[in-house]
Amino acid sequence: MEFFRVKTNIDFIGKRNYAFVFSSILILITIISLIFHKGPRYGVDFAGGISVRVKFSQPVTAAAIKSGIQTLNLSNCTVQEFIEKGQHEFQIQSSTENLDIENIQASLTQALSKKFGEGRFEVRKIETVGPKVGKDLREKGLWAVVISWVMMLIYVAFRFKHFSFGLGGIVALAHDVLVTVGAFSITNREIDLTIVAALLTIIGFSINDTIVIYDRVRENRRKTPGVSLPELINRSINETLSRTIITTGTVLLGVVALFLFGGGVIHNFAFAMLVGCISGTYSTLYIASPVVIVWEEKFKGKKKRRY
Amino acid sequence: MVRNLIWRAVLVILAILVSMFYLIPSITESLPSWWRDHVDKIHLGLDLQGGMHLITEVQTDKAIENTLNQYVQTLEEVLDEEKIPFIEITLRNDQTIAVELLDKSTIEKFEAVMKKNFPALTRLQPETGENFYPSIFVLDKKEIRTVKDSAVKQALETIRNRIDQFGVTEPNIQRQGEDRILIQLPGLNDPERAKRLLKQTAMLEFKLVDDEDSLQKALEGKLPPETEILYEETVDKETGTVTSRQPLLLKKRTLLTGDMLVDAQPQIDSSQFNRPYVSLKFNAKGAKIFKTVTTNNVGKRLAIVLDNVVKSAPVIREPIPGGRAQIEGSFTLEEAKDLAIVLRAGSLPAPIKILEERTVGPSLGKDSIDQGIRATVIGSLLVLCFMILYYKLSGLIADIVLLLNMVIIFAVLAGFEAALTLPGIAGIVLTLGMAVDANVLIFERIREELRAGKTTWAALDAGYAKAFSAIFDSNLTTVLAAAILFQFGTGPVKGFAVTLCIGIMASFFTAIFVTRVVFDYFVLVKKVKSVSI
Repeated sequence: MEFFRVKTNIDFIGKRNYAFVFSSILILITIISLIFHKGPRYGVDFAGGISVRVKFSQPVTAAAIKSGIQTLNLSNCTVQEFIEKGQHEFQIQSSTENLDIENIQASLTQALSKKFGEGRFEVRKIETVGPKVGKDLREKGLWAVVISWVMMLIYVAFRFKHFSFGLGGIVALAHDVLVTVGAFSITNREIDLTIVAALLTIIGFSINDTIVIYDRVRENRRKTPGVSLPELINRSINETLSRTIITTGTVLLGVVALFLFGGGVIHNFAFAMLVGCISGTYSTLYIASPVVIVWEEKFKGKKKRRY
Repeated sequence: MVRNLIWRAVLVILAILVSMFYLIPSITESLPSWWRDHVDKIHLGLDLQGGMHLITEVQTDKAIENTLNQYVQTLEEVLDEEKIPFIEITLRNDQTIAVELLDKSTIEKFEAVMKKNFPALTRLQPETGENFYPSIFVLDKKEIRTVKDSAVKQALETIRNRIDQFGVTEPNIQRQGEDRILIQLPGLNDPERAKRLLKQTAMLEFKLVDDEDSLQKALEGKLPPETEILYEETVDKETGTVTSRQPLLLKKRTLLTGDMLVDAQPQIDSSQFNRPYVSLKFNAKGAKIFKTVTTNNVGKRLAIVLDNVVKSAPVIREPIPGGRAQIEGSFTLEEAKDLAIVLRAGSLPAPIKILEERTVGPSLGKDSIDQGIRATVIGSLLVLCFMILYYKLSGLIADIVLLLNMVIIFAVLAGFEAALTLPGIAGIVLTLGMAVDANVLIFERIREELRAGKTTWAALDAGYAKAFSAIFDSNLTTVLAAAILFQFGTGPVKGFAVTLCIGIMASFFTAIFVTRVVFDYFVLVKKVKSVSI
């Protein structure tokens, strides 16, 4: 079986202006959504607060739970039923600034016992994060993403001997991270530690794709010197196209399996990977290499360099 | 060529055997004991087996305050000894000690004494020149660091002791940064109880009750010198709330502390409706002090104070030799047990505060494992089927190697005793995609070379050679990202970084090295003329 039996010759580079417009729109949507939602929706990890997962032995409603814990005066309190129906499983969440971490759990279980009766529910998971730790984690997460960008930039620029290649890779990475964050903002999903893990993985994957194409550019410029950069890049993208599609496909197979069968915690992680992988493949083809061309034409164009 | 192949094949078989050696104990129970002694099962993270993850902060400022308090006490004693009269020595809110001397002329002697006895105290220059009263002292920065550091170290030690005595298997207790302690307790039944046990300062003190002065007057604010008011609390056993507080006027001086205990045990008093109590045993020094105290104060009441709450204040009926005492109070047997544990383990040098808690119940852990396994199996099956469909026999080789890759990942997890977490499982599923990528790169390249008209052998050779740099660069960047993740991540996220790293490195070996050995075997030994790709 082969997807591309005939050599493809799609003009990726020629469509770069359309791609830039399309990506700008995506990023604009992200920014608008972030402004509209007043920043990303942070999970307990980053906002600080409490998140409890409770399973009831009989059907209850979110409203009943909410009224049961009203006495606790939890601010920003949300009660959500888990997607798996028929489990009577709920997530209670609250991000209280001055959360009394040490006693909140005891008072929460007490309030629930009072409302629904003792032993009628099982607390399956509790997460409480103090505001200080939340802020720490938020900063560390941001740093982790930024540091990984810088390291990729340095590595790629070093390996391919041109700053523009590093820049192209980084622009693609930033694009993917922004699009993923935007998708989370639009669907109103929470960003927590596992999502940062997903973002870093997306960064790894996206640079992966980009490097494979750059690698081919490096090889082709040795083989056929004198060919113009846009043509060189376009040929390299086409030559590696089947690999790009197959790899993305197999990764997506794994990610879809995680998305559908991985259960609660993994669900959002897989969603991030899904968005990031698709965006990563797109940005590899339409963003990473065109940025190299734009940069070279803009700043070095006069000199007519060889690649 | 064939000779070289034999050596490479031996290496591959060796890798398989070593991996199996580490992996099999996680699969089956019935193994010879030497094997099971050497290799552990794969550890499951807290999110998979259930348990509690705490990040606590030692309130080191409190430790500084305690140290300064001791300084104030010794300062008073030393100045008395040196016959330097003073009006007052106070500990101020900004962690400074103010000494107000009575006589201006003693200032030089005072300064000499301070230098000699308290080198860690630095005198602040008075703000206004004309008034040198009172002298203000601060603790050296270096000394502050030492005190804080040793407070955290001691807290770590105490927490370890308590957890050991509480009986949790495979706890993980680590210092994090300057003043934080990470506590991970797998498979816990009662997280609330564990938290109470960890958090209790457990500062045990023996103080005399001041029955000569009027408690009433003291409560009105006329506190006699060297005394303090503490409360004896009655706790409702059903709800755990404090129902009444009984004030007691105590002499401030601490006669004995919990530091001098050698043992504490929960007991049941069968003569008093099976009431639980805790029996204490002092060391030689403590026993001597206890005997002196009880001898000199027959008829008076001795208060047993735990964390500034009076537990009981029995009347001393006769001198007590032998260094044994007991704490009675209204507690349940479980509370008596826990109290004995914290007293045996020692007190915390400063209170600890919980900054972060993650508790997963065992039933959720079980569900997570099931879901994780399901996702892994389905994900792998999809990828495996696709590879065979797309690359035929070569795809099959890639598949077999992929399974070997998984075996190696689990073997390394077992060998290094790294925990498998739910994000870790996600990492493995993702690695499958990554591992396939290396083979896709190689196979696509071989196809390209075949299309260009090269012979089977030449196409294989060129395919591997030319795909190598791309595989190397892309794997390395992903490892970079994973390494950053490991550095930044906490708990479960770390597990993800670990499996991703292991998976990529294993795939580098399996996808490039092992598949090549298999191909070479068919071409060189079996003399196969064309590849099914």
